[in-house]
Amino acid sequence: MIRVDGIHKSFGSVRAVRGISFEAPDGRVTGLLGPNGAGKSTTLRILYTVMKPDAGSASIDGHDVVKSSLDARRCTGTLPHGAGLYPHLTARENIAYFASLCGIERGNIEERVENIVDLLEIKDFADRRTKGFSQGQRTKVALARALVHDPQNVILDEPSNGLDVMATRSLRELILKLKDAGRCVLFSSHVMQEVAALCDDIVIIADGRVAIDDTAEGIREQTGCDDLEDAFVAAIHRVSPE
Amino acid sequence: MIRTIFTVFSKEVLDNFRDRRTLASALLMGPLFGPLLFAFVINLSIERSLSDVEKTLELPVLGVEYAPTLIDYLKSRNLKIIEAPEDREAAVASVKSGLHDVVIIIPGGYGEQMANGIPAKVELVSDRANTAADRDARRVRNVLYAYNQELAAIRLSARGVSPLVLRPLNIDDIDVSTASGRSGILLGMMSYFFIFAMLMGGMYLAIDTTAGERERGSLEPLLALPVTRDRLILGKIIATCLFMALSLMLSLISFFFALKFIPLQELGMTPNFGPKVVVAAFFLLAPFILLGASVMTLVASFTKSYKEAQTWLSVVLLAPTLPILIVSLLTLRPRLEFMFVPSLSQHLLLINMVKNEPVNVLHVVISVTSTLLLGGLLTWLCARLYRREGLLG
Repeated sequence: MIRVDGIHKSFGSVRAVRGISFEAPDGRVTGLLGPNGAGKSTTLRILYTVMKPDAGSASIDGHDVVKSSLDARRCTGTLPHGAGLYPHLTARENIAYFASLCGIERGNIEERVENIVDLLEIKDFADRRTKGFSQGQRTKVALARALVHDPQNVILDEPSNGLDVMATRSLRELILKLKDAGRCVLFSSHVMQEVAALCDDIVIIADGRVAIDDTAEGIREQTGCDDLEDAFVAAIHRVSPE
Repeated sequence: MIRTIFTVFSKEVLDNFRDRRTLASALLMGPLFGPLLFAFVINLSIERSLSDVEKTLELPVLGVEYAPTLIDYLKSRNLKIIEAPEDREAAVASVKSGLHDVVIIIPGGYGEQMANGIPAKVELVSDRANTAADRDARRVRNVLYAYNQELAAIRLSARGVSPLVLRPLNIDDIDVSTASGRSGILLGMMSYFFIFAMLMGGMYLAIDTTAGERERGSLEPLLALPVTRDRLILGKIIATCLFMALSLMLSLISFFFALKFIPLQELGMTPNFGPKVVVAAFFLLAPFILLGASVMTLVASFTKSYKEAQTWLSVVLLAPTLPILIVSLLTLRPRLEFMFVPSLSQHLLLINMVKNEPVNVLHVVISVTSTLLLGGLLTWLCARLYRREGLLG
C-alpha cells in the first residue's frame, strides 16, 4: 500500500508538485490522471525513490521513501516512463539481470524468470536479443523485469504509451490479474478512457495539486458531469481556472 | 555487497563483449593503431637517415668551368652536378625560395687564386633555418672541407713537410649513449600509445555508465531497484577497468611483436623490450587504469547525451599527453616530484626500462601509490555524483 502525504517538489523556479496527498490501497488499482506536465511523473519518481521530495513524505508498505528507500524499493516493482532494455542482451537475460540485482537466490532465478515469461506471454521472443523489439514487446519485457521479484506494490508510469490495441489489452489483463492477487497497483496516464476502464480509484492531478480523488462514480457526482471526460475537464478547471 | 557488484560487472562484460563498437575500440583500435603508426614513423625515419648517405645529391654549381678538379672531386663523392641559376643573385634567391637546398658558387678568380697559392674563394649558399635542407648543406660542406684537407696535405708533401703538422690534435669522439639509450628518444612516444589504447578500451563502458544508460532509458529502472548506487557504479567501473586492462595487455603484446619487424638496429637502437619488460610495463601502467576509468566515468556523468560524452572524452584522451609533451620538450630527467604526476611518472619509468637503465624503486612506489590514490579518490567522487538527482537528466 502506498501513502503520499503533502509532497512538494520544485526544479529551479518551476514548482512541479505542490502538496499532493493520496492513498493507493492493496487489492485496488489507483490511477493517476492529469494533463501533460501536471506532476504525475515527478510524483511517481519520488515514490520509486529516484527523487527526494522538498517537503512532505511518502511511504510504501510503511517504509519511508527517503529514510528507508532500500526497503521501499524492495517491495515495489517499477516501470518508469519510456523504460529501455539492454539491446545486446536477450529478453530473458534482461529479466535475469534485474532478478539477480533484486537479491533473488542464484538457484531460483531461472525458475522465476520462467514464471514471469509465462505470465506475460513473451516466450516467443524471450531468447532473442532485444535490439529491434517492437514497442509492445519492449514494454512487456520491461514489465516482466519490474515484476520478477514478485513485489507487493507496482508503479507504472504511462505504461500504455505507444502500445497498439492488442498490447494495451494484454496490459489491462495483467493489471487486473495483479489486482486480483491483492497487489497495490498505481499507474499514471493522460488517457481518460483507459483510467476509467481499469481503475477503482482515480486521482486527478493538475498544476501539481490534487484536483479530485474519488471513484469514477464519485467523480461524476462531485462534478455533476455524466461524461467522464467532461468531469476530467471540470475537475482540472477547479485547480487552474484559466 | 560483493554479489551485487559482481552481478553488475558480469552483465557489463557480457553486454560489451557483444557490442561490436566497444570490442573494436578496445581490442582492435588501441592495440593495432599504436604499433602500426609507430612502425610507420620509425620506418620513415630509417629510410631518411639511410638514404641521406647513399642517395646521389643533386648539387647546382655556378661557374663549373673555373674549377674542373674540384668538380671531379665533388662528383667522386656521389654529388651530381646540375645546372645552376644564371648568376649569383639568382642562386641566392633560389635557395631563399626553397627551389634548391644548397648551391655552390665558384667565382671567376678561382683558378688564378689557386695557382698563386692564395686561399681560393668558394661560396656555399644554404638556409640554416630549414633543418631538412641544412642536412644536405652540411654534407656538401663536409665534402668541401675534405677537399680542403686533401689539397693542403698534397701541398705540404710537395714541400717536404709531413701532413701530420696539420693535425696537432687527434680528436676521438666517444659516444657513451648505448644502443638501448638512443632508442629511448624515439620509443618515448610508445608510452603514450599504451595510455591511449588503455583509455580507448574503456571509453564506451565509461560513457554507458551514465549517459548511455540514460539515453537508452534503462537508468531509471536500474536506479529503482533495491540496490545502493555505490554498488552499481563500482560494478560498472570494475568492468571498465577490465576492458582497459585487456586493451593495455593486447597493445603491449602487439608492440612486442611489432618491434621484431622494425629494423631499429639500423638506427643504432636496441630497445630493451623483452617478455620480462612487457610484464613489468603492464604492472607499471596498470595503476593508471583505475584513474583513467574514474576520470572518464566522471566526465561522462556530466554530459547530456552519448554524443556529447564522446566529444568530451576525446579531450580526455589527449590530456595524458600534456605532461609527457612538456617534459619531452624540456628534456628533463626523471625526478622525485615528477613521480607524483600520473601519466608522466609511468612515461618516465617506462623509458627508463626501455633504455635498460636501473629503475629507482622509490620512484616506482611513489608512481604506483599516488596514481592509485588519485584513482580511488576519483572513483569515490563518481559514486558521490551517482547519487545526485541531476543524473536523471
